[in-house]
Amino acid sequence: MPSLKEQLKLRIESEVQTQIHVGRSFAMRLETRAYSDLHGTNEVNSGPLSLKGRGNAISISPREQLQAVSAHWSSNPSFPSNLQPHLRPNITTQSQHHQPLPSRPYHLHITAITMSAGPVHPSSEPARWKYLDRIRTRPGPFTTPEMFSGETSAEAMDKMKILVIGAGGLGCELLKNLALSGFKNIHVIDMDTIDISNLNRQFLFRQSDVGKFKAEVAAAFVEKRVKGVKITPHNCKIQDFDEDFYMQFQIVVCGLDSIEARRWINATLVNMVDETVEDSYKPLIDGGTEGFKGQARVILPTITSCLECQLDMHAPRAAVPLCTLASIPRQPEHCIEWAHVIAWDKEKPFPQLDKDDPEHITWLYQKALLRAKEFNISGVTYSLTQGVVKNIIPAIAATNSVIAAACCNEALKIATNCAPYLGYPENNYMMYSGNDSIYTYTFKHEKKDDCPVCGVSARELAVDPKWTLQELVDSFAARPEAQLKKPSVRAEGKTLYMQSPPSLEEQTRPNLEKTLAEGLGLMDGQEIGVTDPAFATVSFKFRLKFT
Amino acid sequence: MTEIVMSQTPPILHGPSEKERKYDRQLRLWAASGQAALESANILLVNSGPGTVGVETLKNLVLPGIGRFAIYDEARVEEADLGVNFFLDEDSLGKPRSESLTGHLLELNPEVQGDWYPNENVKTLDSLLTSSPVFTTIIYTHPITPENLSLLESHGQQHQTPLVAIHSAGFYSYFRINLPGAFPIVDTHPDETATTDLRLLTPWPELAVFAEELTKNIDDLSDFEHGHLPYVVILLHYLERWKAEHDGSYPSTYKEKTEFRRIVQGVARTQNAEGGEENFDEAAAAVLKTLVVPSLPSGLKEIFEYERTNPAEQKSGFWVIADAVKAFYEKHKCLPLPGKVPDMKAQSKVYIQLQNIYKAKARKDAAEILETVQATAGGQTIDPAEVDLFCKNAAFVKLINATTGKISRADRLNEVAAQEFRNDEQAEMTLQPLSLLPIYLAMQATAHQVETEDGRGWPRQEEVLARVAKMVPGADENERVRQAVEEVARAEGGELHNVAALTGGMVAQEMIKIITKQYIPIDNTCLFDGISSRCQILRL
Ligand SMILES: [Zn+2]
Repeated sequence: MPSLKEQLKLRIESEVQTQIHVGRSFAMRLETRAYSDLHGTNEVNSGPLSLKGRGNAISISPREQLQAVSAHWSSNPSFPSNLQPHLRPNITTQSQHHQPLPSRPYHLHITAITMSAGPVHPSSEPARWKYLDRIRTRPGPFTTPEMFSGETSAEAMDKMKILVIGAGGLGCELLKNLALSGFKNIHVIDMDTIDISNLNRQFLFRQSDVGKFKAEVAAAFVEKRVKGVKITPHNCKIQDFDEDFYMQFQIVVCGLDSIEARRWINATLVNMVDETVEDSYKPLIDGGTEGFKGQARVILPTITSCLECQLDMHAPRAAVPLCTLASIPRQPEHCIEWAHVIAWDKEKPFPQLDKDDPEHITWLYQKALLRAKEFNISGVTYSLTQGVVKNIIPAIAATNSVIAAACCNEALKIATNCAPYLGYPENNYMMYSGNDSIYTYTFKHEKKDDCPVCGVSARELAVDPKWTLQELVDSFAARPEAQLKKPSVRAEGKTLYMQSPPSLEEQTRPNLEKTLAEGLGLMDGQEIGVTDPAFATVSFKFRLKFT
Repeated sequence: MTEIVMSQTPPILHGPSEKERKYDRQLRLWAASGQAALESANILLVNSGPGTVGVETLKNLVLPGIGRFAIYDEARVEEADLGVNFFLDEDSLGKPRSESLTGHLLELNPEVQGDWYPNENVKTLDSLLTSSPVFTTIIYTHPITPENLSLLESHGQQHQTPLVAIHSAGFYSYFRINLPGAFPIVDTHPDETATTDLRLLTPWPELAVFAEELTKNIDDLSDFEHGHLPYVVILLHYLERWKAEHDGSYPSTYKEKTEFRRIVQGVARTQNAEGGEENFDEAAAAVLKTLVVPSLPSGLKEIFEYERTNPAEQKSGFWVIADAVKAFYEKHKCLPLPGKVPDMKAQSKVYIQLQNIYKAKARKDAAEILETVQATAGGQTIDPAEVDLFCKNAAFVKLINATTGKISRADRLNEVAAQEFRNDEQAEMTLQPLSLLPIYLAMQATAHQVETEDGRGWPRQEEVLARVAKMVPGADENERVRQAVEEVARAEGGELHNVAALTGGMVAQEMIKIITKQYIPIDNTCLFDGISSRCQILRL
């Protein structure tokens, strides 16, 4: 089977090629050279296909069109059954030139039929993996022979190493699903320990596991239940590993609740891509849930839109102004935030706030309650206090089940090509909502040229030239497309402000009071670089636009 | 309402119980009332085929704490089960599958009870159904035998039990919910932003007076006071002025509303320390959203017009309240006020006063409806809290599975198929995704297919296509149907764990919605395509 990168190349080329054609004539008249070579006729299929699609990139994929043709062939009763038709773009020349050919009719090369399911090439335990093997070893109406090889896919999966980030609600499901998808060598990273509130959905944990490391307990459970799978736990942060560690995996699947960790792994994987190194290319599959809703997305680093490109889909919650908390609270949440932000700092009832310590939450709750009473505000409860302070997101087993399985379904497809997967150049993002009926929206999120992580150009940043550097620095946290909490700023080799080390911070601190244009001499259109300790390897490029 | 009274009395300061801590993340979604409903639910799974999707569904119900479940499964555990079903292990081999599954599922939550069948005492599905108390819902998975299916269908009909059919094979799945009758939901959990109902075009006297008081010397107010007028008050004040200048009419067209918005923006003070006023920004931003003449939401309209034929419906509290709300609507030309005021820049005291004005009006409306309810035969036993909830949510109340005529299922399938195939022909123009109905047809045609021992039991394509043509004449000619049939043949009825887990997650969500009567369930079939990773809901 071709390597992931080769497969992708093939796919992209064949699709770019098809798209050119589709762009020309949607009805897709097909020149069936190979067929006519065989049968001496040009009249086999010159009419439009009965399958119709939507007219642009999110719509009928070029692949679907190929498949449509394939199905058309396979349903043609006059077609000789020993020559099973399979559509294949005439790609031999293109794969030598790695660039789309000029627009011309699409040539078909007919090779193998997939009319009836072919032979099964079983894995090492054929009886156990019977159902999986049918899918991963037999071609179907949506596979193509240059990308899918039934003989080798089970063996290829046996050798693959896959990384799961997070062993929580999604992570438990991911480990189960990957083990039952035929992945044999799985690693899992999670620094957290098990809390009682995990037990309503994190089904690999029991009451007696509370306090133990999630990664360790989850790995041991799945290893024991599914024989033949090896799961290596890492009870630490993802930031504790370097690129060499991540280089050993073929696919990374993320079930995280923190945007920051997601951005870190995304930036790391995008940075690891080296055109000349075949294995540097790691598909990232990411899932997330909230209540009855969630999303699953596939990122092919440097090729598709990355998590950073999609950051504005997760706008940070607007913060309540401090003056509201301090003097004019109106909502129970304002009273709780006041207790959390103002009263705690003033009274310091315990040396350090531990949001998991019921005693600490109780203290905040009582403070908030007193304040609410003073202002006649109703609705402060213990549960709300905990929710506001810990920023709790509601979570249930059912939604985790949907999203984690959607992610692992993509992982299986990427690993074997047994069906088209989410990614380039079509849909790469599935949104799921179960609040009102069930609604999925599967679409293509476009890559952004000015993405600070995967883009080529600097992102425009509207600023007031009269702002001080401090105002600029503060603004990065709130911008949905930046969300940088501790930014350091450079301009053309000149350091404007550094958060660390302390000596440099002290040295650059006076700049904070200077205005951008007059004080620091920055100009309209000038590029600045921003770094943040949360993304050690990335420098976010912005181009100032004075307003 | 009641909260206010409570906040005056010293609260009992206790942390959450062990159970509240364990279920914290879900109680935030369906509250104690939803949890209580789950805990009294008793669910039967009739399992067959590879048998993963039903078990994954149960897993997602055992974890949040359903009261009880039972599994009926005639299979014994085979090697192939261990490659697809997580709740079986090597020790299970050769044992009744229902026994091993039940044991492993019960490990997930000690508060849940579970039984397995067939066993020594109960040997058939028929005897299980006749000897058991009525189940809250029954789930069955394909390929089910036609005999067992007809047993379940007649049982469901007799006991008004919702039935859920699930079929998962290869990359495809679907499930269909068969509710015994029209299913109303009051607690639909609409989006916060959708629920704002401020009645700025029809202020009642208390609200109008309050706004007038605060704004009678609006130009003389200090910057602080002016900058802290709630936007509701600002809008009411300038609407009065607008009316005075426009023969008593409100801004109604888009042009008038944008003109009104410009006026509001123009009167904000800019010579103050902040160089602008946040409350006036809020007021301007709210103009287009809040200055709308209320209309009857389509969901509620359907309820008002629904013809009840089922005697059980006549007695239900929901319909008695619905009638009272309808009478209220006909009398006042508006719905009862929900009474919620969104947060807005304001002084604490003023905001609380405003909040109380809205709450008082909401309470008054609810009281009027409660009075009507209690004057109705059978209305005396209805919990006032139920009336309250209905009033708060009136605009979002929803009816699922409203019966539409006497059309048979077979005819409906043909109607839907015609529509879907027509849509697909237009899809390139309308930019709509292609129909997933072909998946349903391909799977439905193999819904009772049980694989034979030698693995050669799968029917030939032609036979499957002939079955499709029997359901929907001509559909066997459709290219995408033929593709789906081919893809289904690849799986030969085998499940992929991921697709089973995903489908089990969706079914569990739906079961939770039906059991708790919160959020909105599907109506009535969900199709999933694991190749393009998307769903479609159809009423079949
Ligand atoms: Zn990017």
